[in-house]
Amino acid sequence: MNVLNFVNAFFSDGAHWHGYDGIPQRLLEHVQYSVLALALAAAIGLPIGLLTGHTGRGGNALAFIATAARALPSFGLLVLIVIVMGFGLLPVMIPLVVLAVPPILVTTYEAVRTVDPSPVDAARGMGMHESRILFQVELPVALPLILSGLRSAAIQIVSTATIAAYVSLGGLGRYIVDGLYQRDYEKVVGGATLVAVLALVTLALFWAAGRVAVSPGVRRR
Amino acid sequence: MNGFFDIPSDLQHSYAGLIGLHLREALLPVLAGLLLALPLAQLCVRFRWLYPPVLGATTILYAVPSLAFFVVLIDYTGQTELTVMIPLAVYSLVVLVPAIVDGVRSVPQETLAAATAMGFGPVRRYAQVQLPIAVPAIIAGLRVATVSSISLVSVGTLIGNQGALGNLLADAQKYDRPELAVNSVITTAVLAILCDALLVLLRVALTPWMPNGSRRRPKPSTRQQLPAPQDVTR
Repeated sequence: MNVLNFVNAFFSDGAHWHGYDGIPQRLLEHVQYSVLALALAAAIGLPIGLLTGHTGRGGNALAFIATAARALPSFGLLVLIVIVMGFGLLPVMIPLVVLAVPPILVTTYEAVRTVDPSPVDAARGMGMHESRILFQVELPVALPLILSGLRSAAIQIVSTATIAAYVSLGGLGRYIVDGLYQRDYEKVVGGATLVAVLALVTLALFWAAGRVAVSPGVRRR
Repeated sequence: MNGFFDIPSDLQHSYAGLIGLHLREALLPVLAGLLLALPLAQLCVRFRWLYPPVLGATTILYAVPSLAFFVVLIDYTGQTELTVMIPLAVYSLVVLVPAIVDGVRSVPQETLAAATAMGFGPVRRYAQVQLPIAVPAIIAGLRVATVSSISLVSVGTLIGNQGALGNLLADAQKYDRPELAVNSVITTAVLAILCDALLVLLRVALTPWMPNGSRRRPKPSTRQQLPAPQDVTR
């Protein structure tokens, strides 16, 4: 039995396609957790990254916080929070947000800070307000890099949201955790395949978002 | 702090033993990833067409959750440390290849031409000119790989107590001793931060020509070539 056989067996089994434990249901849950976690992480990381990047201050503090946040083990954090707070959606969201904030924060800061200073100076010379400089000059130029930070955060979230199943929530991790305990490798491989596909779809979505949102003049190459 | 360092006997390890085990399970894979990534990245630099497919294939591997990776490997390697270490090596490889490729590519053409003019062959040029200049980028990749590797070892506890410090998480639940989970998370985080700091020191030691502080403002001309910082992390 190799991995491809597992994949084939999993996806051709009709029982996996509907009902409470069906693929559409699990996929929907997984997407919901991921989108919520990414939205929360972006709501924290983007404003701070934009502001510190614009002023150029607090970079060292930011790098330190990001390293510290990245050093926290997601899985350990999840188990710890569940022991303290009990089961629920919030204990799952905290490790995912802690995981996703550092790449968003650091990339946004770097992206805004490394914008070519000449157009920024020109805008300032023309008397543009600081907030307009940030949103109309720096943000469009920094956007490709900011999107790449959001993208790597999103992929990590999609892949790590599987741990939600360990604390009795749904999502695609359900197949992996259940498969582990039932010694049903077909389920594990099927779940892993779905997560990988979802990550690739995320990649494609960010590519498309970049095509739409990034101004042609800024696009690299 | 009562019982904070009392490790349950079912783990068969002292606190220090768990730390040693954790470091071994986390750092050996990063080393293996680095040894694999160096030649692979050089191939990607030399044959440009090779880079996009390598990047695509590694991105797919990267998207596979670690737990799924572990479980699938159990069939082949059993419930051993190797089962935890193989996926971590793969993840390290995924982080390191783009870091090395970007670093090596950022070496200016004039520098390469100067090395060639001095009679350096391709191998010597790679080892003595390109790699040293790429050290900051490589260390940046190593930092991400090391920290995430240390953090991911904990998941190994789900496949039969192969998670080193992560095993404390299972015991915290089993024996209803939350302080063990606190111990696990804090110790893992401290280990990761210490290893990260050691890598920064290594970078400073290996690049004596660079200013020591982390404040670096790239010149406008080099900005476009900067690799996306922390583009691939986990």
